[in-house]
Amino acid sequence: MGEISMGKFDVINSRAVRVDASDKVRGRALYVDDMKMAGMLYGALLQSPLAHAEILNIDTTAAQRLPGVKSIITHKDAGLVKFGVSPARYDETIFCHDKVRHVGDNIAAVAATDLDTALRAVSLIKVDYRELPAVFTVEEAMAEGAPVLHAAFPRNITAEVQDEFGDVEAAFKQCDLIKTTSLVNKRQDAAFIEPQGCIASYDFSGNLTLYSSTQSPHYIQRVVSMVLGIPMGKVRVVKPYVGGGFGPKAATNHMELAACLLSMKTGKPVKMNFDRQQVFMHGRSRHQFFHHMTTGVKKDGTIMALKHDCYLNGGAYASFGIATVYYAGSLLGGPYKLPAMKYHGYRVYTNLPACGAQRGHGGVIARGCWEQQLDMIAQELGIDPIEMRLRNMMSAGDVTCNYLDMSSLGMKECVEAVRDRSGWKEKKGNLPPGKGIGMSCGFFVSGAGYPIYRSDTFHGTVIIKLTEDGGTALVYTASAEIGQGSDTTFAMIAAEAMGIPLECVRLESGDTDFGVDLGAYSSRQTLMTGLATKEAGEDIKRQVLEVLSEELHVPVEDMDIKKGFIVFKGEKPDITALRTRYIKEHRGWSDNPAMDEELSFREASRMAFLSRGSIVGKGKYKPPILGGQHKGAAVGTSPAYGCSAQVVELSVDEGTGKINIEKMTDAHDCGLAINRTSVEGQMYGSLSMGLGEALFEEVKFDDKGRVINDDLAEYKITRALDMPAIEPIIVESNEPNGPFGAKEVGEGAIMPAIPAILNAVADAIGVRIFELPLKPERVYMAIKEYKMKKEKEKGIEGKTLAGSSQKQA
Amino acid sequence: MKKLIRVTVNDMEYEVAVKPNQTLVDMLRYDLGLTGTKNGCGEGDCGACTVILDGTPVSSCLVLAVQADGRAITTIEGVEGKDGLHPLQKAFIEKGAVQCGFCTPGMVLSAKSLLDENPGPSEEEIREGISGNLCRCTGYLQIIDAVKSVSK
Repeated sequence: MGEISMGKFDVINSRAVRVDASDKVRGRALYVDDMKMAGMLYGALLQSPLAHAEILNIDTTAAQRLPGVKSIITHKDAGLVKFGVSPARYDETIFCHDKVRHVGDNIAAVAATDLDTALRAVSLIKVDYRELPAVFTVEEAMAEGAPVLHAAFPRNITAEVQDEFGDVEAAFKQCDLIKTTSLVNKRQDAAFIEPQGCIASYDFSGNLTLYSSTQSPHYIQRVVSMVLGIPMGKVRVVKPYVGGGFGPKAATNHMELAACLLSMKTGKPVKMNFDRQQVFMHGRSRHQFFHHMTTGVKKDGTIMALKHDCYLNGGAYASFGIATVYYAGSLLGGPYKLPAMKYHGYRVYTNLPACGAQRGHGGVIARGCWEQQLDMIAQELGIDPIEMRLRNMMSAGDVTCNYLDMSSLGMKECVEAVRDRSGWKEKKGNLPPGKGIGMSCGFFVSGAGYPIYRSDTFHGTVIIKLTEDGGTALVYTASAEIGQGSDTTFAMIAAEAMGIPLECVRLESGDTDFGVDLGAYSSRQTLMTGLATKEAGEDIKRQVLEVLSEELHVPVEDMDIKKGFIVFKGEKPDITALRTRYIKEHRGWSDNPAMDEELSFREASRMAFLSRGSIVGKGKYKPPILGGQHKGAAVGTSPAYGCSAQVVELSVDEGTGKINIEKMTDAHDCGLAINRTSVEGQMYGSLSMGLGEALFEEVKFDDKGRVINDDLAEYKITRALDMPAIEPIIVESNEPNGPFGAKEVGEGAIMPAIPAILNAVADAIGVRIFELPLKPERVYMAIKEYKMKKEKEKGIEGKTLAGSSQKQA
Repeated sequence: MKKLIRVTVNDMEYEVAVKPNQTLVDMLRYDLGLTGTKNGCGEGDCGACTVILDGTPVSSCLVLAVQADGRAITTIEGVEGKDGLHPLQKAFIEKGAVQCGFCTPGMVLSAKSLLDENPGPSEEEIREGISGNLCRCTGYLQIIDAVKSVSK
């Protein structure tokens, strides 16, 4: 790791203040609901109260008569063009026409002069339904003769994945220990604090602008264009500041499309927002996963093979689900040397709101299941769990059995760092009853290797334009700042690449007019948009130096730009003529350079403008062809992989089952850290989300498919009082495929949190739990069962592990 | 039927005609254009709409605008003083306590209200003081650190 040392760079690899922080602490940063337009109307959705029902009739006459109502739209106006996330599973329309498939499915929308009127109009629309039997669980949905949600998908299977790499059965024959366990979580919610919102504005030249709280302006632009039949060049999607996303905001929602259509119908801007209940009804957050894994190892802990079955309760539509079910399998290819892996996954439709992508897409619960199992195996073999992981660890240059290329991998360094900094050696095995320590590793893509739609498109394009006065570089990218700090990251990368201070960069992002960028998902932007930004910056630098070369007769390769000044590698040329010319242009200005000062970037880029007109630098990035040839090989590929390790220390109150997380020591290999403060911010945030998901998060439904806890009081996320002390450790490998060696941190950091907690709980109470969340009653019952079992088995030596062959829930 | 109320917001007096069921957050955002106050849930669960009402932090989505009649409100727009940013705002910037920024205004106001009452809170008191403000991005620790750094 020694190649990167602090101080090699002028802007990046530092602790920079976020470019947006100053507006955000003043309440001046604009989110979509903060925007207002002249003549703006307000929209509202009519959503199904039933989980599965045929639509017999929709009567809007009473609503139409309400004063203030400007437009009411149903499937008759919207048409039936299907959309979704993966083109292979476009299964949604803006509005339902034949039947509704979940509570909250969309039936109609209203635009009115104010929100109260729009909501009243919605309540006046009369829909006649014939209720259909509904399926809510995987078992119900896949049962023989079960009601089918989508006619084209018998047994309600959205997608079935079968993969085998290496020969798993042969490998099992060579194993000394074969272990089978399961893990099930509950559906989760991303619980971003800003509910989705949008404003659509259609003008009379036929241009449509959609302002939306989205993670991917580009994907929304494509879907809007496709569904509404407007050329992409006439659709502009703009992302103002976004109050968190974590996955669900990456897919186009019906409200965005309805607002567009209402604006087209009325010729007025239309604003729409989800309320918190609608956020839950729309869903698209983490699936419920049922994992069932069998791992075979040698006596020395060498992992030989993994057989893995998985069922995902997906809700009513595919959304990201195909990718999710592939990721659930493929991401276990690393970070351990695993010669053989067999995976069988089903993603299943049910009459619940659709699930989609959420931080750590598809991999989080799989990682939880496997890392708990590896811990159990280590325990049975009498090997320290950290030692066993280190023995099996891949290193840079290794390729997994499913063809994922570890171009850099600071995994060993991460494990050693958390081991040493947490005091693992002293604590493991020496803690009093009720206290536990556990660890886990994690692993994630640094950007999906392929776009969601099949295409040779660039994943990111960036334009940098110098202002004509030469002082400022304007960076334009369609990438999405959703809180993670990407605007700051790209401003830093641009500044570094051009050789100018961060203050001289002004960055605009999140607008499809700026180019193509696939957006903020799969932890892709730092690497992908970062590379495009770097290339654009280098293009600028080259152009400025070319003009200087013509003016000063110094070869381009003998010059550089650093910290805003021109560096001459050889003899300094006479710059008098150039400077005199610059000063003459700026008579009366107070900040002209003195004759003996170094030649500045500002002067040089002014000369470039005078010589060539606008100086525009262009950058682009798309990954090379990655991965294997098998079906679904694209999912899991990435130009680079981030990795992490974590140690959790906690205590469990045996009387109540309540878990108190005391400390988390977390190391993440993000390649070169562009902004260390932001990297740590992502680590803290990931751990906080992982803690919540491990301990309390669970979307609950009643027997009619309605969310019971559709608010942020009953759907409990981590609060300030729940947070333990965290020691974040940044491990910097040098990623050859990343900008200046950088790769992801946004999602990978959540990977080890849940299994490290599971392992620490087992260490504390002596019993394994195979169901999340670890709420007090579940932990209490586990302890009780364990104690009863111990009573019965009195006399048997050693620690027995309960539930190690527990059947799938 | 709208009712005319008189409120002092960030030391400015306003007369506003509000509906009887209109919430304070709605009035601040849409009638006065003070959109720094955010609405994350409308039910008093998330704290994004926190403002200081006569010295006490409240969820402005749970307060009716008419209840603010004759009272004084501080929103995020009023935290910055004549000498520039409030020390808390500076600390939030410096400590990396801001990510998406949606919870930030409410968080700053809860913290300010805490420090106004208790200039030297313990870490536990700081956690308690912001426990009604949800943040999904930061994991709170940088926020706690920021508040601690300006505590006496």
